[in-house]
Amino acid sequence: MRQPIRAGEMMICEIDPDTLLDEVTKLKYSEWRLMQICATKTGEDSYEVLYTFGHGYRLRSIRLKISGEAKLSSITSIYPIAYLYENEMHDLFGIEIDMINIDFKGGLFRTGVKAPFK
Amino acid sequence: MSIGVFTKEVIYNLFHKPATEKYPFVTREYGERTRGHIENDMNACVLCGMCMMRCPSHAIKVDRNAYTWSINPFSCVQCSYCVEGCPKKCLSMKNTYTTPDTAKNTVTLKYSDERIRAEEEKKKEMIAKAMAAKKAAAEKAAAAAKTAAETPKAAAGTAGTTEKG
Amino acid sequence: MSKISVVPYGPQHPVLPEPVHLDLVLQDEKIVSAIPSIGFIHRGLEKLVEKRDYKEMVFVAERICGICSFGHGMGYCEAVENVMKVEVPDRAKYLRTIFQEMSRLHSHTLWLGLAADAFGYESLFMQTWRIREKILDMLEMATGGRVIFSIVDVGGLRKDVPDEMLAEFAKRLKDLREDYNRITAAFLEDDAVKSRLCGVGVLTIEQANDLGCCGPFLRASGVRRDSRMTDYEAYAKLDFEPVVSHDGDSYARCVVRIKEIYQSIDLIEQAIAQIPAGDVCTPVKGMPDGEYLARVEQPRGEALYYVKGNGTKNLERFRVRTPTFANIPGLVEVLKGQDFADVGTLILTIDPCISCTER
Repeated sequence: MRQPIRAGEMMICEIDPDTLLDEVTKLKYSEWRLMQICATKTGEDSYEVLYTFGHGYRLRSIRLKISGEAKLSSITSIYPIAYLYENEMHDLFGIEIDMINIDFKGGLFRTGVKAPFK
Repeated sequence: MSIGVFTKEVIYNLFHKPATEKYPFVTREYGERTRGHIENDMNACVLCGMCMMRCPSHAIKVDRNAYTWSINPFSCVQCSYCVEGCPKKCLSMKNTYTTPDTAKNTVTLKYSDERIRAEEEKKKEMIAKAMAAKKAAAEKAAAAAKTAAETPKAAAGTAGTTEKG
Repeated sequence: MSKISVVPYGPQHPVLPEPVHLDLVLQDEKIVSAIPSIGFIHRGLEKLVEKRDYKEMVFVAERICGICSFGHGMGYCEAVENVMKVEVPDRAKYLRTIFQEMSRLHSHTLWLGLAADAFGYESLFMQTWRIREKILDMLEMATGGRVIFSIVDVGGLRKDVPDEMLAEFAKRLKDLREDYNRITAAFLEDDAVKSRLCGVGVLTIEQANDLGCCGPFLRASGVRRDSRMTDYEAYAKLDFEPVVSHDGDSYARCVVRIKEIYQSIDLIEQAIAQIPAGDVCTPVKGMPDGEYLARVEQPRGEALYYVKGNGTKNLERFRVRTPTFANIPGLVEVLKGQDFADVGTLILTIDPCISCTER
């Protein structure tokens, strides 16, 4: 991991999208639990994805930047409960997620407009 | 053994007043802080539009040309953010709730006729003043241009721009 | 030879206060698996940050939910305050704590009523909600709203609560304790109630940890985790311990919530006794620039508020991770192997708040 940024009490490490699964596996083995995944639109066709993990009362986040077309690999093979967050991200931002264990295929949120936050 | 745990409560209820009020005969009294609905004192209002800008649900409309202030009570969320930001303190939060209605009507308040007349006069005066000021400025500019034209050699660089302006 | 059938459950169902849909795969009367689906009332409030400035957004944040509305407003304000480096006055911190605990009190009382209704004890439901009405009256007296208080603001509170009113609160809380003593006996000791709750829907401590559960649902399985221990607002100065039960069944969840009710009363009394005098609001200058992840222990569990500002009056992103969203995987796990007749009660034991979840 690269140098951590301190924003308030949250430690954020910027990572490369290709190393996502490695980093998440490392966290899983040091017994961090997944707290949330959230996407932020940063530009016309670019997004930031923030993964937050908790250990006791401590927080730690990893962040990666992706473009609209890029497919993000799912972390459900490591944290099975991530399926809700990943489906949410797909439904609201239109970010394609690869290999989710339970894929709602855009049916988790019944929004009138497709990918309303895109 | 725990049969009849609720008996205590039943006995309590037998000898106590009901929790409800006999509604049409007894109406509820609201506390003084209850946020019910917004009222505007049009005599003090200057139609600055501060409330319209602050309203999170866009329920308030202010029209300075028609001298009206209107609110849609069905859009209003009773946050009293407008009341806090009112510079003239003419908005107030009343503690009775909005009355039910069959349609989503808006409530429109207007200045009194006298005040509208006074405002119109004021406006006319302002326009006249502005016109006079403009005329004076134009005359001054013309005079300046004239003097500049009379001495072309002295201010050759600036004369051209002055004439154009 | 048993038959497999799929039963759609919800979104409109008498036991559900809010729309959530479950596809239940049944083998005879037993549930084999459940597939949740939500999104019937998605409102896109998070997107509104682009249209409303960061101060107006407080009111939007409060309206995420009707029950934990104060907590949502407070979580949002806390995140923005941390981004803008605003120090909230002590009195405001205490008052926020008092209002948050009052919200917990009325939310847990609401849950007790709904649970009583779910297992068919309607008179208990009415008696419970009668107590809740007393709390709502207190809240209306102090803030002007029954469930949406609109009292929290970036930098503190918008209105002060006079000391006489707080003294009145302390007096009324004493009466409330009596009321709760009478009601909670019915939940904890009645055989009929116990037969519906004991041993139903057991979630082990390992499962609760793995599935990322939070709130009373998690603590009922024996995990000592309560975000209030992270010392936000005035919690650092108050004396309390997370309420934990080790059985992990529906009864344990009921016990945890009832104990938390008494804990909340205790916390409010402590806060009223300690509250300092002074201002309740710090004037805020400038625009938020930066990011912060605040967490608040809501009645239903830990909620996360992520705020990202870019130096303009509109925030770039506001995200809420609500406790119910985190509890859904736990609910699906709990349903496996249970009787079809218990589904209603089991869904209610996580205290679902679907409006929160769908923002």
